[in-house]
Amino acid sequence: MARRNTTQAHPSGTTIDSDEVARFSALAAEWWNPAGNFGVLHKFNPVRLDYIRDHVTAHFGRDSGSDRSLEGLRILDIGCGGGLLCEPMARLGAEVVGVDPSEQNIGTASVHAQGSGLDIDYRATTAEALAEAGEQFDVILNMEVVEHVADMDLFLGACAAMVKPGGLMFVATINRTMKAFALAIVGAEYVLGWLPRGTHQWDKFIRPSELEDSLSEHGMTVMHRTGVVYSPLTDEWRPARDMDVNYMLVAEKPEG
Amino acid sequence: MSAQGVGTPDITIVGAGYVGRLLALALSGARGVGLTLRLVDAAPAPGRPGDTRAYAIAAGTVRMLEELGVWHRLEGKTQACSGMQITDSRAAELVRPAFLTIAGDVRDGEPFAHFVDGRDLQLAIFEACDAAGLEIEHGFAVSGVETDTYGVSLSGDESPSRLLVGADGAKSAVRKAAGIKTVGWSYDQGAIITIIETEVPHEGEAIQHFLPGGPFAMLPLPGNRRGIVWTEKTRDAERLSRLGVEHFAAEMERRAGPEVGDITVVEPPRVYPLDLILARGFVAPRIALIGDAAHRLHPLAGLGLNMGLRDVAALAEVIAEAARRGEDFGSLNVLERYQRWRRFDTVQVAAATEAINRLFSNDLGPLRAVRDLGLGLVDRMAPLKKIVVSEAAGDAGGAPRLLRGEPV
Repeated sequence: MARRNTTQAHPSGTTIDSDEVARFSALAAEWWNPAGNFGVLHKFNPVRLDYIRDHVTAHFGRDSGSDRSLEGLRILDIGCGGGLLCEPMARLGAEVVGVDPSEQNIGTASVHAQGSGLDIDYRATTAEALAEAGEQFDVILNMEVVEHVADMDLFLGACAAMVKPGGLMFVATINRTMKAFALAIVGAEYVLGWLPRGTHQWDKFIRPSELEDSLSEHGMTVMHRTGVVYSPLTDEWRPARDMDVNYMLVAEKPEG
Repeated sequence: MSAQGVGTPDITIVGAGYVGRLLALALSGARGVGLTLRLVDAAPAPGRPGDTRAYAIAAGTVRMLEELGVWHRLEGKTQACSGMQITDSRAAELVRPAFLTIAGDVRDGEPFAHFVDGRDLQLAIFEACDAAGLEIEHGFAVSGVETDTYGVSLSGDESPSRLLVGADGAKSAVRKAAGIKTVGWSYDQGAIITIIETEVPHEGEAIQHFLPGGPFAMLPLPGNRRGIVWTEKTRDAERLSRLGVEHFAAEMERRAGPEVGDITVVEPPRVYPLDLILARGFVAPRIALIGDAAHRLHPLAGLGLNMGLRDVAALAEVIAEAARRGEDFGSLNVLERYQRWRRFDTVQVAAATEAINRLFSNDLGPLRAVRDLGLGLVDRMAPLKKIVVSEAAGDAGGAPRLLRGEPV
């Protein structure tokens, strides 16, 4: 699983040039087409949305059955791409900041959010720059991002610094196993064509123990972890004990 | 329902018949989910309910109507089904051996079906809608539908919705405007619908005779009334329905058989043409079809309304779950969950009823001989029995929550 793309960081503003709106609209249509290039992300979305919602509502004492269950929570989505996670979070009432190093992704996500009538604060910047500016969040989402960053430990440190005491950080990524090589690279990129070739490099995949060690060094306590597997019969992704390929975890920054 | 902004509904439902109204009720009662709904109908505001058809309401559907606040309004107006007797006969045969009986309860004291007069059902649903504060825009004809990435609107209308539901019947204008094709054919059969009273009480038993012209069903209604669904070749159905009262009753008695005694016809007969219509897709981006707009089947299994209400239960649940997850419930991604849930079941039921109608609605020598010998009859009826019973139970693993009597 991967957020694609990336022309490199121009952490400038997000003002959209009117000439670019048409191009962003076309890209938005592509990002949001369940049968298109990002189809695999659409299929993957429900399982991670449920995971995030269920843990956030349990942690903050919210009703997970409400369509406004995240009302008032400040959430940061890192590597937001076209906004596939940001929009559901915003619909559930959260105050959402979405960041992506790609100006193009930010333009695309902004155009789509506007069309959907959602107020989301999209910025073409990096986690490190936000941390530098002293931003704080109740929840930080690092979904399918850490396997793409240059220095995971540095990156997680910047993220952890932005979590309010008592807040949560979610991380979803891919394990560094032979099975992951077979399924996530050979299978998803070469056989099934779900992802463009070169999306993932196996040596950048992360073992759960490495991720957890890094998180605890930065003061985060891992509360729960789960594997995520694809069920070809129902064409759905679901939580599973098997963490050999895709997995997610949630960590808390203890109060005080 | 919570208002999200005047003039911008989340969901527009076209068609204020049984399924359209019940979907609105189900969505407005969905726990924790505040949706702005709009319900429009092409017909002018109805005066008194006028649907004289008798409906079989399966046990799962009863639970759903209880949950939606409709069933208690039908108190004293429903007839529990004590059993169902099915025979294969020529009209002239005096003794018609039953070769299939369906009886019993799906749970202790819960009959597998109830029967109700369509007018009583309509009234109960109208009242439940009023109680829920649902308003209906009557006289609103759909001429076209415009869809973009973010929403859908009816032609000539300013306010886009996130989802448009076609609950507008077998000739669905929404289906047509969305460019969804159908498969199907006319049976060249018509169903004569009327209500009779018989000398012999029905004691809750439904009877269906498979006669050469088509199935002839007598469905028990409260009092000593029976709802008639009498299928004949179209031409014969028209002719029979125009006979004078006495001749009509006499023709009816020939088919009803001697065991019901004298017959009094209490409602003027009406003829409904029978056809099979299946939409090739139940969904398109920002559009979903429910009820007859998605499928119209032969009435011999009495499943039409029950199938429509299963659509309602499944779609309401898919929408509510998506809303609780923050998803865009009008997106194809979400709507395909509804289609996967309902289409297989629908096609299965359509195929089974189709096969049974073909087998029985004729008097051809060879088929007749097969039937007279009783060869494979029970086998052939088994799919129908299985469907009737499992539909009735409504608590198979994949059943939507409403059919299990749980809130959306």
